[in-house]
Amino acid sequence: MEKLITIYINGREYKVEPNQTIMQAADKLGFHIPRLCYHPKLSIEGACRVCIVEVEGAKSYVASCAYPVNEGMKIHTNTQELRRARRDIVELLVDNHPMDCHTCERDGNCELQRLAASMGIRARHFEGERKQYGVDVSGDSVIRNPDKCILCGRCVRMCSEIQQVHNLTQAHRGFNTVVMPAYNMPMAESVCTACGQCINVCPTAAFLEKNYTQDLFEKLNDPNLIKVAQFAPSVRAAIGEAFGLEPGSNMEGQLVAALRKLGFDYVFDTQFSADLTIMEEATEFLERVQNKGKLPMITSCSSAWMKCLEQFYPDLIDNVSTCKSPMSMQSAVTKTYFAQKLGVDPKKILSVAAMCCTAKKYEAARPELNVEGMRATDIVVTTREIAWMIKSAGIDFLNLKPEEQDHPLGMSSGAGVIFGTTGGVMEAAIRTAYELYTGQTLVDIEVEDLRGLKGVKEGKVLMDGQEIRVAVAHGLGNACKLLDTVRKDPGRYHFIEIMGCPGGCVGGGGQPYAGVNSIPLDEGALRKRAQALYDEDRSKTIRRSHDNPDIQKLYKEFLQRPGSHVAHELLHTHYKQKFPKGIVPKSSLQ
Amino acid sequence: MSEITQEKKDELKAFIAECSQKQYPDSYLIAVLHKVQGMFGYLPREVMDQVADMMQIPTAHIWGVATFYHYFNLKPIGKHTISVCLGTACYVKGAAEILDAIKRELGIQVGQTTEDMLFTLQEARCLGACGIAPVIMIDDKIYGELDAKKVIALINQYRKGVQVA
Ligand code: SF4
Ligand code: SF4
Ligand code: SF4
Ligand code: FES
Repeated sequence: MEKLITIYINGREYKVEPNQTIMQAADKLGFHIPRLCYHPKLSIEGACRVCIVEVEGAKSYVASCAYPVNEGMKIHTNTQELRRARRDIVELLVDNHPMDCHTCERDGNCELQRLAASMGIRARHFEGERKQYGVDVSGDSVIRNPDKCILCGRCVRMCSEIQQVHNLTQAHRGFNTVVMPAYNMPMAESVCTACGQCINVCPTAAFLEKNYTQDLFEKLNDPNLIKVAQFAPSVRAAIGEAFGLEPGSNMEGQLVAALRKLGFDYVFDTQFSADLTIMEEATEFLERVQNKGKLPMITSCSSAWMKCLEQFYPDLIDNVSTCKSPMSMQSAVTKTYFAQKLGVDPKKILSVAAMCCTAKKYEAARPELNVEGMRATDIVVTTREIAWMIKSAGIDFLNLKPEEQDHPLGMSSGAGVIFGTTGGVMEAAIRTAYELYTGQTLVDIEVEDLRGLKGVKEGKVLMDGQEIRVAVAHGLGNACKLLDTVRKDPGRYHFIEIMGCPGGCVGGGGQPYAGVNSIPLDEGALRKRAQALYDEDRSKTIRRSHDNPDIQKLYKEFLQRPGSHVAHELLHTHYKQKFPKGIVPKSSLQ
Repeated sequence: MSEITQEKKDELKAFIAECSQKQYPDSYLIAVLHKVQGMFGYLPREVMDQVADMMQIPTAHIWGVATFYHYFNLKPIGKHTISVCLGTACYVKGAAEILDAIKRELGIQVGQTTEDMLFTLQEARCLGACGIAPVIMIDDKIYGELDAKKVIALINQYRKGVQVA
């Protein structure tokens, strides 16, 4: 450890480590300096100046997020004059803001509201010029409302630094600055992957998911429809946060009960189809290994990654598994197998997915995923939307008695559960592939090397003497690095898992907003959500997809065997290059 | 001058190839955009796409730079650029009426170009000719002591292709 230095904050002496910013030092000492454009995972922009502090001897206030501590530095964080200056800065932001809070989707969990309240802004002194650009609703997943943007730049840095999509820029300058895609293109025509991470980091309502809650309420009231729900693993691990619980509270049983109370006739589980995905994907992988097919095989369940593939990596399309995502598999068997079981016209089935993901809205609208000429998934709502619906319907979520999912598409193995976290799909696939290949049961089924939040993880499995090399990446930026390696050295891996969001689906673009004392995409929260899934896996007696009796039944009664003709018809798809072509700058791959 | 020909594309390619030999190729983006504007009079989207591809710089970054500098035209400009001075002296002497008269005559707003691609209209802050206010500049020529009537006569002369000294 380096030698400590002495600094003074508000007149008191502290020993701190050098080589850090005033904000970092202050955070550790229990002084929370207000901030806006700063995010620990992103580069420092120093744009908003909300974080100013007084440093004795400095000519003007300094931005504490960018300014390093020095020996003997005397810092003031809360003088009257400073408070006033800070309040003026936030007041200016508020003056140009629509401030239609009571009709705004972020009312109650907006950082600008919280900031204004903590500054003591209680009146509007100036009526600044408002922005009137209008809302871009062109995309299936993400809508952009520059009128609510306060130009903190977090979305731009998220999209380019963490996701390497580089879809957004701050165009023009001064008051006329607008966050937009290149050429002011509509989001639907841009390179946007619909990952929704810009929504997660935006302090205001300038980025939102396309909301389907009203549509869903309407359909839930239609007596002619059979309403069928599925929900993703990560939804149960995070939805409690929208009701004030700690991250990592597993609310599976309460969510099932709440979905029934909302009016769903059948509550199934995407985890069932995660097992189904593993059956198909493991079979496809072994086929490629045995018949010298294209390797490495890359997973295909992350919708944002699929859009990224088509625009940024069209040369790797043949490497990607033809398996549909669990959500789309689930909807496909709902509208065929399940409809036949019920003896109803599949057109009468409303298939709804509650997802941690915004890109799943885009995926559901892909025409190539249609089943029997109709959409397989009719409506996708995010964790945030379903939480809002539960509240809006007056359901006492936290006190619900846990209920169980319905058969025959609701039961899952532990392998299906861990699909929600980075490394989970690979771990689940190994559990099944090993047994299919060697005919023996894998004893040590927890693959530690593939767990955790390292950007790119590697592992090895020995199957009958053959070494299978696997790799896992989460967040599209990490995926780009891994795929760059694949382009240069195609023989290095056999099997690769990619999830588009940081942490995997647990960090999806549709998860609850950060609360008062947390920050968007906090790693601690991501770990706890993942832990909830690993715990559920451990609590199950059945932990391998191929041991799930409902999966065995589905193959016996309907799909015949993994990779069969019917399975291919319903559960597999193909990808095509899409334009505009995306560009990842070389400098960011090092 | 704004036609995108294969020859021009090749010329640009050579220019970028030259830049990419230098130490920090990314920092030559502004130079490259200057070159593009010099060749086409503005930054055509198709050419910006080409620059993005050749320099491997995301289009959003290029768009950020292109919109930041007022110097860059994002739309094709007319054969003649009319700049109306709205500096204090000109303003006091009726620049607003002159601007209105031009807008009415050409049927365009500031920043726009007439459909026949003859004129682009811009505002200017003091052209340094306050002595003969109100003034306008067409391309690189200054015209002073104008009124609404004179300015329309001037435009008509340009339409006929006659340029007065
Ligand atoms: S974004 Fe925040 S401050 Fe703006 S209107 Fe919505 S709730 Fe209010
Ligand atoms: S949804 Fe993802 S890819 Fe699209 S603009 Fe937002 S961060 Fe970028
Ligand atoms: S859209 Fe949101 S995150 Fe992006 S700059 Fe505006 S306020 Fe910040
Ligand atoms: S948080 Fe420091 S300048 Fe914005």
